[in-house]
Amino acid sequence: MTDTRQRSFEDNDQKPMGFGRMLRKEDPRFVRGRGRYTDDVQLPGMLHLAILRSPFAHARIVSVDTSAAAALPEVKAVITGADLAGLGLAWMPTLSGDVQAVLATDKVRFQGQEVAFVVATDRYVARDALELIDVEYDVLDPVIDVRQALAEGAPLIRDDLDGKTDNHCFDWETGDAGATAAVFAKADVVVSQDLVYPRVHPAPMETCGSVADFDPVEGRLKLWSTTQAPHAHRTLYAMVAGIPEHKIQVISPDLGGGFGNKVPIYPGYVCSIVGSIVTGKPVKWMEDRSENLISTGFARDYIMRGEIAATRDGKILAIRTNVLADHGAFNGTAAPVKYPAGFFGVFTGSYDIEAAYCSMTAVYTNKAPGGVAYACSFRITEAVYLVERIVDCLAYELDMDPAALRLKNFIQPDQFPYMSKTGWEYDSGDYEPTMRLAMELAGYDELRKEQAEKRTRGELMGIGISFFTEAVGAGPRKHMDILGLGMADGCELRVHPTGKAVVRLSVQTQGQGHETTFAQIIAEEIGIAPADIDVVHGDTDNTPFGLGTYGSRSTPVSGAAAALVARKVRDKARLIASSMLEVSVADLEWEKGSFHVKGDPGTAVTIQDIAMRAHGAGDLPEGLEGGLEAQICYNPSNLTYPHGAYICVVDVDPGTAVVKVRRFIAVDDCGTRINPMIIEGQVHGGLTDGVGMALMEMISFDEDGNCLGASLMDYLIPTALEVPDWETGFTVTPSPHHPIGAKGVGESATVGSPPAIVNAVVDALKPYGVRHADMPLTPSRVWDAMRGTAQPPI
Amino acid sequence: MQVTMIVNGDEVTREIEGRLLLVHFLRDVLSLTGTHWGCDTSNCGTCVVWLDGEPVKSCTVLAAMAGGHEVRTVEGLAVDGKLDPVQEGFIQCHGLQCGFCTPGMLMTARALLDRNPDPSEGEIREAISGQICRCTGYATIVRSVRWAAVNAAPEVTS
Repeated sequence: MTDTRQRSFEDNDQKPMGFGRMLRKEDPRFVRGRGRYTDDVQLPGMLHLAILRSPFAHARIVSVDTSAAAALPEVKAVITGADLAGLGLAWMPTLSGDVQAVLATDKVRFQGQEVAFVVATDRYVARDALELIDVEYDVLDPVIDVRQALAEGAPLIRDDLDGKTDNHCFDWETGDAGATAAVFAKADVVVSQDLVYPRVHPAPMETCGSVADFDPVEGRLKLWSTTQAPHAHRTLYAMVAGIPEHKIQVISPDLGGGFGNKVPIYPGYVCSIVGSIVTGKPVKWMEDRSENLISTGFARDYIMRGEIAATRDGKILAIRTNVLADHGAFNGTAAPVKYPAGFFGVFTGSYDIEAAYCSMTAVYTNKAPGGVAYACSFRITEAVYLVERIVDCLAYELDMDPAALRLKNFIQPDQFPYMSKTGWEYDSGDYEPTMRLAMELAGYDELRKEQAEKRTRGELMGIGISFFTEAVGAGPRKHMDILGLGMADGCELRVHPTGKAVVRLSVQTQGQGHETTFAQIIAEEIGIAPADIDVVHGDTDNTPFGLGTYGSRSTPVSGAAAALVARKVRDKARLIASSMLEVSVADLEWEKGSFHVKGDPGTAVTIQDIAMRAHGAGDLPEGLEGGLEAQICYNPSNLTYPHGAYICVVDVDPGTAVVKVRRFIAVDDCGTRINPMIIEGQVHGGLTDGVGMALMEMISFDEDGNCLGASLMDYLIPTALEVPDWETGFTVTPSPHHPIGAKGVGESATVGSPPAIVNAVVDALKPYGVRHADMPLTPSRVWDAMRGTAQPPI
Repeated sequence: MQVTMIVNGDEVTREIEGRLLLVHFLRDVLSLTGTHWGCDTSNCGTCVVWLDGEPVKSCTVLAAMAGGHEVRTVEGLAVDGKLDPVQEGFIQCHGLQCGFCTPGMLMTARALLDRNPDPSEGEIREAISGQICRCTGYATIVRSVRWAAVNAAPEVTS
């Protein structure tokens, strides 16, 4: 099943047809400053919207006086929560079936929460007017430490929910508790470790925003917005705002990164719609960076206890975990309805074990909503961090090399498709060659020798490994839906008379290169050059319905749809070719781009000839309609399960506790590779996320609930100086159920890299007896770890 | 107040408020939307343009301060439709994904190469360290700038 040989196209520059390295169709406009992002949209008469936000984490709203703001001549509307309540729009559903306040009515529940908004003639005046709104608050005690959220007497956050008496959000479990306990009872070795995956933020360079243009005559809403899921948003607006769905056009233009931040519907989008309806003018809302960090979807915030059971010689028998999840004030987690903890159930990782069990409690706190974001693949970042840290803890306990321990416990190639102990059917995998390649690229044995030598001199060098299995491509609609919308994706392909084509997608790129790679998929299947194929996406009036881009689902779901729609067109082309060449279809042979008569390559028609005939005057086979186009809605039978082996080398300065990532080797296996250049770029970006999360990034709060990471002064994102030149490699284990054998990959590096970095730092600190240190491993946290005084992050 | 400046070679005069930031002057008043606005604390560098040949963060310059000076933006980088080598380098080496940091990165890269036509990897990393990219992980940006150094147009290197 595995093909680890380099396929010849990997080295082909600018292969003209199909898979391989191809420069991006997107780049010419972006390098000229001719991209079109939401804030670039300028419409005649357009007004600007600014949002007043709560300075408190938890407070009752006593009164809101907007008279001074409304008196400014440039101000066209000032809207409060009470105004929205009158329209039935003060609350909106979240993607996980909870509700979230659009504008606060009764009280505020996190610092930065939306309280009122102003619409004015320009963005400066709109901000001036915010200063003139007078809100009287009655400050309440907040719930900040998630460990105290369920304590007796804890302040009640969600008194808006009928009968709610505590801050409990949901419980969830998976696996077999009894079987797992039995295995733990008989194990030689049991290791337990508390792990915190701190709250971080995806912080795309472009913040969230929208331009709403409501036409009162037609009753039509046109909404440009920063959304990764334009079709799902359209449906939700129809349900919430009462505008019929065929009268709503959502346009997601060029997005300046998404990283999961742009999946949920934010109050600002709804406010811009209301603003446009109220004023009769187009209304733009564009948040600033602080608003983005303080109020939009955070990521992670899982407090985990990991336990692992094994034999003395290193056979892993079982993994058990208990999780406390902080969901903030509203449960805004973007996850399939039946998966409130996302796909955390894949926490058994790449290992063949006897039993596993997880129990989880999620709670409300006085913080912004979110949880699923930042390339997490629905909580797989947390799952992989758990298993890869706890396996390293076991290696430490057994005094065993962490690479050898992993190699001993991998699921074997002949076990696929492999049903995990928590019910996930891994599609394919051949883990050992991937691991061996990473070790070879790293020079693993030499690195261990170098480390031993450095330790004799008191130098701190660490080598960290992470071997992960991802689960991407949500998903089979039988199990997976978002608010009742099945997680399938549509695709339409039209071939024009002259043989050029347009393909329309339901997914929405945020920089991942879909305009290039989807043209490559079509080219591979139908033999029209990628340059002759336009990829249309992001406009709900002009694309088929589907669930959008997140969870690395574009290639698994929409990529499959693209391949199958091209095959559908090819099947019709074959019928036309048979009539053109006057032979039966069985006598035709397809060679990329043309059909020829078997045994007679000279008697052929190209796809361009066929396209002209399909639209032209000549006869078509009986019963066949004119035109050359097709559409499809693809419902995946399973997820795809890419994997990877990562090795990180760090140096820690014993005098300052500064961690330097010296090398990072990443070997990924995502099955068939559509465009190696783009995959490499995806991996580089994800590895940089990993450095950020492991060493720098954190959204924290003081005891009053003030957000301490709400600007780039404190929320530290890696620059070019904090990351090394990445070293990448690959193996190829295709997905057997995917039409072109391709798996998703975009989030793999973000998922796989943080445990490699933490494992490397803990390994470097071994001479200090350090067994674990929580992220972010800033100099002060590493310093505390070296001295045994580290506290878990809050 | 009235302000006059040269933007990408053309003289422009506009009536503005004294508090208007240069980034908003370029984007909202002149519709030069290639320059972006990514933060509110002067960290991200998506707004980098040239002021009299020096890269500056245009979110941290008042439009009034640019009065009487020369401003160059990403829209002024290609000459007669021919891409600058840094633009070509970013395409060839996949130095961009979402494209949001790209205009600022390009302006810094061009300024670096004008001063130092053969920068090392370390010098490139330092030159762009006032700018954040969330997509690329920087390695391909470094390669892009090196590509531009190696494939410099004759008039740039002479």
